[in-house]
Amino acid sequence: MSNKIETIDVNLHYGDFHALKDISLGIPENSVTALIGPSGCGKSTYLRLFNRMNDLIPETRITGKVLLDGENIYKIKATKIDALRRNVGMVFQKPNPFPKSIFENVAYGLRVNGITDKSFIEGQVEKTLHQAALWDEVKDKLKKSAFELSGGQQQRLCIARALAIEPSIILMDEPASALDPISTGKIEDLIFELKSEFTIVIVTHNMQQAGRVSDYTGFFYLGSLIEFGKTRKIFTNPSKQETENYISGRFG
Amino acid sequence: MTHLDSELTMLKADIIDMWRLVLNQMEKGRDALNNFDRDLAEEVVENEKRVNSYELKIDKDCENIFALFQPVATDLRLVLAALKIGNNLERIGDIAASVADFVLDADTDFNKDILEHTKILEMYAVANEMMADTLEAFDKEDTRLARTIFKRDKILDKIDEEALDRVEESIKNYPDQVRNCLLVLSMIRKLERVGDQSKNIAEEIIFYFEAKVLKHKKKKKKEGDE
Ligand SMILES: Nc1ncnc2c1ncn2[C@@H]1O[C@H](COP(=O)(O)OP(=O)(O)O)[C@@H](O)[C@H]1O
Ligand SMILES: [Mg+2]
Repeated sequence: MSNKIETIDVNLHYGDFHALKDISLGIPENSVTALIGPSGCGKSTYLRLFNRMNDLIPETRITGKVLLDGENIYKIKATKIDALRRNVGMVFQKPNPFPKSIFENVAYGLRVNGITDKSFIEGQVEKTLHQAALWDEVKDKLKKSAFELSGGQQQRLCIARALAIEPSIILMDEPASALDPISTGKIEDLIFELKSEFTIVIVTHNMQQAGRVSDYTGFFYLGSLIEFGKTRKIFTNPSKQETENYISGRFG
Repeated sequence: MTHLDSELTMLKADIIDMWRLVLNQMEKGRDALNNFDRDLAEEVVENEKRVNSYELKIDKDCENIFALFQPVATDLRLVLAALKIGNNLERIGDIAASVADFVLDADTDFNKDILEHTKILEMYAVANEMMADTLEAFDKEDTRLARTIFKRDKILDKIDEEALDRVEESIKNYPDQVRNCLLVLSMIRKLERVGDQSKNIAEEIIFYFEAKVLKHKKKKKKEGDE
């Protein structure tokens, strides 16, 4: 399996703070990769490398290479950053729908990208709501405000919104940590469905969730990547004692 | 100590208790045969129930640990090993009880010469030593000791292979002990299995402590040999 994303000797500083230390890692295409580790170990920072969201944080210094489909995304022209962010969708911990209708939330990305063809937009909205396993629940109330949906539904709406502009990578930063178990289960099923078409990288605090949804797992600690491998191996027989301590809840 | 640690400690203690009980069953079975002690043989048969209930308890404990703690890595391997060891111990318990049952089927003492010539007492000695050593290997996390089990299984296999000839010779020498000779042959056939069970247990110990699945390697090698 080829790597969709590859980081080579990546270091990231927030001012004086060394947040990512020499991270070299390949993320396989059309698979789910989970990033685990205690709070503050750099998971979100690592995730934000891939859509260059860290660039928006002042005093951030990045060295090393971040390759996406073999191309170093920190060497591309500034005019191509928008295209990069279209290719890399992101879903956050708290569902953050726009104060608009359900339909407009999903159509939003298409409209800001200059698409005006009404029937294309309608088709795309329906398709991505299906992909996000939300269509049956919202098809009769597309004009209603997104805020009328439950938390779990809002999160799936945000996933649909990310899918509408047809990215190839989806980043998820603790996408289910604010949701109840049923909604969490739906998101996990959805991740499983989506991986045949997308490369998914998910940050999660829930170890069992990482075990259930991911094919690969990376364990971060204090800004370093301690271990990366097949999830089955990491959860049954990790190579590093630190990984074992963390996944078995005996940390520190 | 985490809550899970204390559950795992209790699980280990239960396994060790079961082990001692089953070893005790084997030893009593040998004494019942050697001394033609029918009461002791009865006791062994009766005690099989206790062995079974230990296995059920261990199964139940493992089920609870899976459901409530979702163990991973080393913890997971311990629970898996506990399940399989419990199962193998239960089978050794069955064997001990069936041998005791054969003792009860005899009408007279077992002639010492026959016990000697058929090597059944030697078989008991090796099998019981294997059990004691697997127990120690588990308790002390000694995979080197666990590895010594495989060689000793071959001793049991050899006694089992030679048994038919030796029993035939015994029948010729002691025509009045035909029934007992046949019982000894049946016992040997049963006791041979204790070696296989101990080998399984040794593999589980190695799997638990070294995270290697020896079984598959060995199987492949065997298939290649044949
Ligand atoms: N914008 C920022 N400015 C300064 N430090 C930051 C910033 N964002 C994160 N950090 C620090 O970088 C480290 C990694 O943070 P983060 O990637 O959010 O960790 P995680 O997602 O694993 O909890 C933390 O110590 C955090 O305090
Ligand atoms: Mg984070």
